[in-house]
Amino acid sequence: MWLSPIVATGAVIVIGLVVFAFMGKNPWLATYTFFIDPIDTSYDVGELLLKASPIMLCAVGLAVGYRANVWNIGAEGQLIVGAICGGGAALAFQEVDTRWVLPVMLIAGMLGGMAWAAIPAFLRTRFNANEILVSLMLVYVASLVLSLLVHGAWRDPEGFNFPQSKMFAEHALLPILVPETRLHVGFLMAVLAVAAGWLFMRKSLPGFQMRVAGLAPAAANYAGISSKRTVWMGLMIGGACAGLAGVGEVAGPVGQLLPIISPGYGFAAIIVAFVGRLHPVGIFFASLLMSLLYLGGEAAQMKLALPSAVTGLFQGTLLLFLLAADVFIHYRLRLVRAPATVTRAA
Amino acid sequence: MDTAAQLVLLTLAAGTPLVFAALGELVTEKSGVLNLGVEGMMLVGAVFAFIVAATTKSPWLGVLAGMCAGAGLALLFAVVTLTLQANQVASGLALSLFGVGLSAFIGLEYVSVVIEPIKPVFGVNPLVLLSLLLFALIHWFLYKTRAGLVLRAVGESPQSAHAIGYPVVGIRYLAVLFGGACAGLGGAYLSLVYNPSWVEGMTAGRGWIALALVVFATWKPWRVLAGAYLFGGVTLAQFQAQALGVEIPAQYLSMLPYVATVLVLAVISRDAATIKLNAPASLGRGFHPDG
Repeated sequence: MWLSPIVATGAVIVIGLVVFAFMGKNPWLATYTFFIDPIDTSYDVGELLLKASPIMLCAVGLAVGYRANVWNIGAEGQLIVGAICGGGAALAFQEVDTRWVLPVMLIAGMLGGMAWAAIPAFLRTRFNANEILVSLMLVYVASLVLSLLVHGAWRDPEGFNFPQSKMFAEHALLPILVPETRLHVGFLMAVLAVAAGWLFMRKSLPGFQMRVAGLAPAAANYAGISSKRTVWMGLMIGGACAGLAGVGEVAGPVGQLLPIISPGYGFAAIIVAFVGRLHPVGIFFASLLMSLLYLGGEAAQMKLALPSAVTGLFQGTLLLFLLAADVFIHYRLRLVRAPATVTRAA
Repeated sequence: MDTAAQLVLLTLAAGTPLVFAALGELVTEKSGVLNLGVEGMMLVGAVFAFIVAATTKSPWLGVLAGMCAGAGLALLFAVVTLTLQANQVASGLALSLFGVGLSAFIGLEYVSVVIEPIKPVFGVNPLVLLSLLLFALIHWFLYKTRAGLVLRAVGESPQSAHAIGYPVVGIRYLAVLFGGACAGLGGAYLSLVYNPSWVEGMTAGRGWIALALVVFATWKPWRVLAGAYLFGGVTLAQFQAQALGVEIPAQYLSMLPYVATVLVLAVISRDAATIKLNAPASLGRGFHPDG
């Protein structure tokens, strides 16, 4: 089960070597810059964990739904709405200096993400509308809502007309976890979510019901597991996690609302959920890898003038290789006389 | 030219990328394969078409390149899902994410390049006419030819088609490749005609809207055509309103196509029985001749 993610990662590194060589860079130096250089100091490790946190949160939430065949691909939109709600709370309590502001922001963000995910859940359970398409369409709507706010009602009047909100007050920012780094409490929340995700899927009745609904929908039906509840649960958990990730982004180093909050963390989380085999522990490591791909892309751009779009290319390649590698592990290739065919392993 | 005629032409122009992509996906889905990678195939088609058109100075070679690029990406999907039997939903998502990354990567040096677009003939762009021709061909193929009947049979019951001796996997390969070429063509239309330039992510979700269109259309070609123009008209609203000087933030109008997609999808899907009756029965399910 854990072989194909490793094979896929290896394959991405090989593809990386080829791409770097093709672009006229020394492939070994480029690979070093991309994969090793971004994590060779403790500050850099902090950055790695900082970037991994939102991806981890989103992926844990998505994986719960995917286990039950609830295909929420709109985590990016739920993250944005979470950031809007959490950020809105921060702006509303700009002058109120109590330690309750942060918890209120976190809850507002979670509720925002859940509300955004409730739209596909409602349309799927009530109107039978495909949740893949609805959740994806809402990503575009969410980013336009954010754009409306930072260009309009929430624009900082002293921000020289830039589309950005006021900076959040000190008490509305997540505390730093490790001194001398930018790593904040958001990472702790992500790790807690991983643990909670594992407990929910492995040890709780609803988690068990969701796994059954995913593995054998007919059996789940006969056993009286409500498919509507499965859809709602999958989307609500996904939305809450993504919303929390959104607050973590704006209450982290950024500290304000900007027109673009996430460089595609919600989409990267889809890849992470699969590469982590929909298992919380796998997702933990897969998010670190994904975070490294982001940091590596930035490092390659700064030090080697390689385009940072390499990151997106590697992300997509990783998932395709994973799906292909799965087949070679689940099935045995058998050479028969004349044509070779793929046969089910005994 | 009077305003009404101009509006019709503009709507045709805005709907055409959706016509290409959705008709291609329709044929793919009729064979029982769900390819969620349309957005990725469109983007890769758009970027390859643009690069080839910019380097060879021949937009028509660009169109060809866009089709080949879309089909190439579809081939990748076909190998993974049809030969290697991977999950179609996950693979399609992977294809879209891969296409977004790949197109952004290879298009970087062409972002501000200017090209000679394909010129309209008698006021209508040749690619718009091609899309109408494609519609007629697909309709004729699916419902009036034996090969079309076989394709639909493969989508309804691959086991039966296999039992009579039709090469199910081969037919599905062709349907997926055709869908990819059409998506690539839709992308090429965007980067060579509609908005002659290359911008990262320039499809802006049209691939996903095309997927939704196939569902709206309950898998019927003429409804795909009607739906595509309807959505073309909706995307047009944002430019028209600005031209008419309507005081409304641009973001509201930009939301329209996405909100409309969600609403129409909900209204059409509400009747689960109709969807079930019209959808190819084996849609999204794998098939292997050895069971």
